[in-house]
Amino acid sequence: MISMPGHFVTTRFNHVLGWARKFSLFHYPYVTACCGMEYMSTACAHFDIDRFGAGMTRFSPRQSDLLLVVGTVTQKLAPVLKTVYDQMTEPKWVIAFGACAVSGGIYDNYAVVQGIDQIIPVDVFIPGCPPRPEMVLDGLLKLQDKIQKQEHDWRWKRRKP
Amino acid sequence: MEEKKALSELQKRFSGNILDASAPLGDETVVIRKDALLEIAEFLRNPPFAFTMLLDLTCVDYPDRRDRFEMVYHLFSLTLNERIRIKLALPESAASVASLTGLWKNADWLEREAFDMFGVRFDGHPDLRRLFMDEGFAGHPLRKDYPLRKRQPGIAPRT
Repeated sequence: MISMPGHFVTTRFNHVLGWARKFSLFHYPYVTACCGMEYMSTACAHFDIDRFGAGMTRFSPRQSDLLLVVGTVTQKLAPVLKTVYDQMTEPKWVIAFGACAVSGGIYDNYAVVQGIDQIIPVDVFIPGCPPRPEMVLDGLLKLQDKIQKQEHDWRWKRRKP
Repeated sequence: MEEKKALSELQKRFSGNILDASAPLGDETVVIRKDALLEIAEFLRNPPFAFTMLLDLTCVDYPDRRDRFEMVYHLFSLTLNERIRIKLALPESAASVASLTGLWKNADWLEREAFDMFGVRFDGHPDLRRLFMDEGFAGHPLRKDYPLRKRQPGIAPRT
């Protein structure tokens, strides 16, 4: 943004859209395991993700644009996760929260998906078993950076087929 | 303390079908013949012993043994405050045993788990499907010869 003495501001629409979107993330907590405890402490008063504009927890994927996959995803749960992701409206982002969601973690076995990026695209990976809330917030800030720099598709009506 | 009688009573009544009876670390254990399971279980389930709780039902894989699988049943009697453990061996070629669903209702899912993980079949089970793994899963993952790092394609998402 460039401000000028004549009290007006120039910017790019894409930049403003990125700024608006990164501070209004409605997240859907897909919590399956013990990482959920860290998610709770991140979301609640002590660490308070509302400071970063992501405090609005929605319990319907149709109302949310940030999918937090918190915990182990088994092979049997994988199609459910895919369905939840598909039900979210664009634009949408995904955070893989904790070692299990990132890579399967300690569950290197027959039943567990070895990283949710085998099923759905992931924007930010937060490692740790479980990650500290500070790490989660760091991941959230990295996602916000990414959203800010993204090329936002806002020309809905002019989009080429 | 009242003397525990279940073990001696079993030996008296079913001597031909009891292969071994012991109490390692105070846990009464009988090893029985596979065919006598239903008969012995029914006897223990009813008074005077009334082992009305089936605490656990599981399977163990001993790949080096001649009869590879060993079924383990843990029973508890609320009236006597007694526990008893029943074991029986199953060969891989005929890995099937009578279902206990008629005596203890919770045997249903426990037997489905044992079937899922070890491939032991339960004769007379009302609905012997996999419990944990998906329907398309091939093999039984808790068998010792199931490859540790084997991966199978998952379930296709609904479209």
